[in-house]
Amino acid sequence: MQVIDLYTIRLTVNGVAVERSIEPRMLLSDFLRHELNLTGTHVGCEHGSCGACTILMDGAAVRACIMFAVQADGHALTTVEGLSADPDKLHPLQAAFRETHALQCGYCTPGFLMTLVPFLEENPQPDEAAIRDVLSGNICRCTGYQNIVDAVLLAARK
Amino acid sequence: MATRYFGQPIKRNEDPRLLTGQALFTDDVHLPGMLHVAFYRSPYAHARIKSIDTSAAAAMPGVVAIYTATDLGDYWQPGPLLVPPPPVKDIVFNPRMQVPLARDKVRFVGEPVAVVVAASRYQAEDAAEQIFMDVELLPAIVDLEAALAPDAARVHDDLDANVNAHVIQRKGDYEQAAAQADVVIRRKLHYDRGTAAAMENRGIVVDWDARNQQMTVWDTTQAPIPIRNGLAAMLGLSEKQVRVIAPFIGGGFGPKIMMFYQEEVLLPWIAMRLNRPVKWIEDRQENFYATTQERGQVHWAEMALTRDGKILGVKDVFLHDAGAYAPYGLTVALNSQCTLLGQYDVANYTSEFTSVFTNKPIVTPYRGAGRQHGVFVMERLLDIAAKELGIDKVEIRTRNFIAPEKFPYTNEIIYQDFAPLTYDSGNYLPAMQKAVALIDYARFIAEEQPRLRAEGKHVGLGIVTYVEGTGIGPYEGAKVTVEASGRVSVATGIGTQGQGHFTSFAQIVADQLGVAPENVRLVTGDTSEFYWGAGTFASRGAVVAGNAINAAALAVRKKILKKASDELEVDEADLELVDGTVSVVGSPQTAIKLGDLAVRANPMRGAVKPGTEPGLEATDYFGPERGATASGVHAMIVEVDPETLLVAIKRYVVVHDCGRVINPMILEGQIHGGVAQGIGNAFYEQLAFDENGQLLNASFMDYLLPTSDTVPRIETDHVETPSPLNPLGIKGAGEAGAIPVGPLFAQAIEDALHGVELEILEIPLSPSRLYELVQAAKAS
Ligand code: FES
Ligand code: FES
Repeated sequence: MQVIDLYTIRLTVNGVAVERSIEPRMLLSDFLRHELNLTGTHVGCEHGSCGACTILMDGAAVRACIMFAVQADGHALTTVEGLSADPDKLHPLQAAFRETHALQCGYCTPGFLMTLVPFLEENPQPDEAAIRDVLSGNICRCTGYQNIVDAVLLAARK
Repeated sequence: MATRYFGQPIKRNEDPRLLTGQALFTDDVHLPGMLHVAFYRSPYAHARIKSIDTSAAAAMPGVVAIYTATDLGDYWQPGPLLVPPPPVKDIVFNPRMQVPLARDKVRFVGEPVAVVVAASRYQAEDAAEQIFMDVELLPAIVDLEAALAPDAARVHDDLDANVNAHVIQRKGDYEQAAAQADVVIRRKLHYDRGTAAAMENRGIVVDWDARNQQMTVWDTTQAPIPIRNGLAAMLGLSEKQVRVIAPFIGGGFGPKIMMFYQEEVLLPWIAMRLNRPVKWIEDRQENFYATTQERGQVHWAEMALTRDGKILGVKDVFLHDAGAYAPYGLTVALNSQCTLLGQYDVANYTSEFTSVFTNKPIVTPYRGAGRQHGVFVMERLLDIAAKELGIDKVEIRTRNFIAPEKFPYTNEIIYQDFAPLTYDSGNYLPAMQKAVALIDYARFIAEEQPRLRAEGKHVGLGIVTYVEGTGIGPYEGAKVTVEASGRVSVATGIGTQGQGHFTSFAQIVADQLGVAPENVRLVTGDTSEFYWGAGTFASRGAVVAGNAINAAALAVRKKILKKASDELEVDEADLELVDGTVSVVGSPQTAIKLGDLAVRANPMRGAVKPGTEPGLEATDYFGPERGATASGVHAMIVEVDPETLLVAIKRYVVVHDCGRVINPMILEGQIHGGVAQGIGNAFYEQLAFDENGQLLNASFMDYLLPTSDTVPRIETDHVETPSPLNPLGIKGAGEAGAIPVGPLFAQAIEDALHGVELEILEIPLSPSRLYELVQAAKAS
């Protein structure tokens, strides 16, 4: 039987230090979801084209399904649970999504939120065209995007 | 009932959990000792299986078991026929249903052949790659017309042709009408396949607890109760031993209600056999083959009209692509047949279809469920007739509308609920007038378009109508309970996939019981909470379950009034329910909290009086006598780039009539999402099969879904014609947005490219296909 070497990685996830030994081929999305039980990060395509698995690595949006967990060694990650994991205390962007009905099934939502966090930091007052541009890499099959755009406009106003 | 919440844009109860990553989806279920499943699927569209070699796979690390069809013994059975054929004279019907694992033959690329169980998903997939199948290749049946050639290979060897069904339905006498017509329009039209592409793929987790003899199934299904009933029967268990949970589901749109997917049959069997929890999660590529699809049809249609544009009759002959198996009966083709006449008063109609087996994935309803095709045919014929007769396109439509006094209006032919197709209610002219006003039709035609054309811009306007049969039976039920805390729990059997049921249903209960919607907790999609029901499909959740919940809440309201009138010694008529209490009108000091009343209704001492029940709880059901017909108008202005043939949507207007509206915010969301899927269907999404039945674009890199830069803002307005068929007066709204977008694109693009003699008779389009059509039109 072939033996696969395990690698030990150390990283921070939502501000908490994590150390795990894993197979080098384990996807970062699987690592977050199944090793750390952070199931808010969703997987829609596993080939980098829907954006559902978007998380932050050192503050920048990345797609966890096309990275290996070992590549996150030494980095700081933030998942949707890192925005707020408490349904009673929503992050302002999460609250704006609720306000404008920017989610239906909610499956794509964590990816949209995590795409938008760094975008809004860099563009605190974006116009609709800029918002539609940054969102064009994330797929939502339920909402038709309009209410997501409105959520971003609302969050930027606040 | 006071309607404080009904009709209000209440923010959704389910959102906080979804927004914080705390909502449970099927793939989030993780059980100790759980094994993972992967499938070996056929790489061929049509082949006879000579042998399957699993020995190399079995030796792979982590592999626990591998099964092929022969391992299943008597458990190997074709799936059930979900919908029997309609009672139509001279019908031909050859049902052939999917099998758990292919045995003698494979019939589409992606059909499951072997199943691997391993310690991890990675290991299961590694092993599946080491399975080898030796086959004799057979010609793949891909094209619908070629499928019916006398010498065509047969998808099912025991049939003498690739015919799943043949149905003719008639209203009046088309031939006679055509003989009297001033003009008859004849065209051949195509509608090709797409996929629902819910963002969450399918999945199933099964836990068999041998000691308790209890099975728990988490399944991405739209119909948990029928899944429980079917699984229990297949496995020889009592329905009480099987609990099916459809947790949060990442979009359904129809294909998540196929009974039974092969994986749904196999995983419970594997869990029992291995006595271990098992999990299978579909990946995106699998979803493109293994999940059902919809849309492929070819129509030969004709419309007979008078000189002034009055429709005398319509005749339509079409082929419907059933795929390799047809578990859903004739639902999709019947919808096409029965939706075609739309909002128009047509006395004579002949419709004939042949449902054809092909070597392609199975076809079952996907949002719109065949209605698109009918609407496409009718609206295109009207456009062509309008051009030929020199009548304005709005005018030709309004001249043929069913007049409001003609409702209920019957089209005589048999609908998918097996009753004669009858529209319960409708009022079409006001919606058209609103749409015309909103898009500023007259000014666009008279001023805007000529001005922009003079600037060299290619702008066009489309405007089309549709109806949607919604809210069909059989029934749904609900149990409403006032808990000691004062909170109200509601259980119903349907599943939910993002439609906002946690909120809209709470609004109905909140109004009946005088509580706040956030204090109403809905449990849905868990068979341990509610025993009876059918599922979420055909835009029926709000109509059927909504009315069941209303009935149960009303019964609880009566119990509250009765109990409180005993306690307070006043007449029931003098009581009111407000802010979670019941009190004598005008005497707030008499208020009893509903939670306290619930405790008093369930006493620890004394006796519950004969004829009464403990607690404040009631169960009730609702079954509509037939479906409620929603309707609407879509209008759009586009600009076409004559070089690239990219289409930019400048404005998009929807005027919709779905009866009374529970939550306008949620309704608008349904419309937005439907339109976005309609846009994809019309201009971006097409499943490309080659002549061998291989799907060439099975990824989101190659199958284009609409994105935020291609879906415009959607402007909406409403007309409210309440349905007389249910106490709440509601009609379904889930599919409407997606239905008329194909003909809308065709009409608007033709208008934008005026000067080119272009007739668009196919959907989906794409810039490159449009380029070919324009070149061909210019050449002829
Ligand atoms: S799941 Fe990662 S981009 Fe789709
Ligand atoms: S809300 Fe369902 S995919 Fe976006």
